[in-house]
Amino acid sequence: MPPIRTYHDLTDADRSGLPEQIGAQRKRVAERLAGVGRVIAVMSGKGGVGKSYVTAHLARALGRSGRAVGVLDADLNGPTIPRLLGIDHFPLPTSQRGIDPPAGLDGVRCISMAMLLEDGAPLAFKGPSAESFVWRGAMEASALRELLSDVAWGALDTLLLDLPPGMQRYVELCDILGAPPAVLTVTIPTPESGDAVRRAMHAAVERGSRLLGIVENMTGQGFVGSAGDDLAREFGVPLLARIPWHPTRETWDGLGGRV
Amino acid sequence: MKFLCVDCDKQMSFEERQLPGDGTLAATFKCPKCGRVVAMLTNPMETQLVSSLGVEIGGRTVPAQPLETVRKMVSTGREDAFDDGASGVGRGTSWSPEATERLSRVPSFVRGMVKRIYADYAKERGIAEITPAVMDTARAELGLEGM
Repeated sequence: MPPIRTYHDLTDADRSGLPEQIGAQRKRVAERLAGVGRVIAVMSGKGGVGKSYVTAHLARALGRSGRAVGVLDADLNGPTIPRLLGIDHFPLPTSQRGIDPPAGLDGVRCISMAMLLEDGAPLAFKGPSAESFVWRGAMEASALRELLSDVAWGALDTLLLDLPPGMQRYVELCDILGAPPAVLTVTIPTPESGDAVRRAMHAAVERGSRLLGIVENMTGQGFVGSAGDDLAREFGVPLLARIPWHPTRETWDGLGGRV
Repeated sequence: MKFLCVDCDKQMSFEERQLPGDGTLAATFKCPKCGRVVAMLTNPMETQLVSSLGVEIGGRTVPAQPLETVRKMVSTGREDAFDDGASGVGRGTSWSPEATERLSRVPSFVRGMVKRIYADYAKERGIAEITPAVMDTARAELGLEGM
């Protein structure tokens, strides 16, 4: 038998056009975000450090300063942003143009899986439960892509993306956007948190993200350490804020002025 | 993925897609030279993987809908998540009582999207009233399996 031609040797028009369909998805995202001044991923390699809390209050501070701000709650399995922004009105106005994101406190617009799921229900998908690990990650990535491409944000100065713990959603985000987003990292003071956040920051640097700086959350009581200062020094980025347990509006406005 | 007729050394072309309803998928491909037809059969996990990418074997038949994959695939969506009526979906198209009843059986999480697809189908073809027969034809023509 002669050598069989390879995939790339076959260049006839293909009705399925799967690469073209993927390309169209990415184009949709790019077109939707064309009106967004900057996209900032709020991330941390560590869970429980207050990413969503910081994201919501940073967004509100930016909103109070007169900027048009949106938050995409990319924590698909543990969404909390709508509650933090005081959003509880449903349903979402929907048209072929897209989903209109509701506005919460200080005019911050938001989309979140929390708006789409039954109260208290986990994010679950139709389909075979056996070997769901094979497809679930791709399904969540598609959901993230659609939240980016199908929400009619309008003109925004800043779109904050609240990422879940770990790096997977950040990697998906880079692929979907086609370029790495700017990154704001959140840590608590402890060295354990610093270790996890350090890994996340290295991953972000390797992907080409610009590190905007670090927010050290939950300072002043209980948690001992200097993770914020240590990471700032190590990566050569500013420590943008130390957020105490009971921050004031001025604390957040100060952070907003530095982001 | 692509299929090659080894005997003819020709790329086979997509012919038809079928979703029999058991989670599997069948897609047929034909050699443009000798006419040989082969079927690609995927198991439920493989079919799901394709769905999870938001792409369709054989190409798209309707424009991408907002949050299409989420609305089609999430099983724990809230009933009142979307207000598709706010945009006047289906305005100007009449629905027979039987078609309306059938549409009402579609979970509300996805109903508005399905309604829009049928309404656009009818409008593009100058169909004045959507009936179950029209819905069946649209499903077959557009490949709306599961809708």
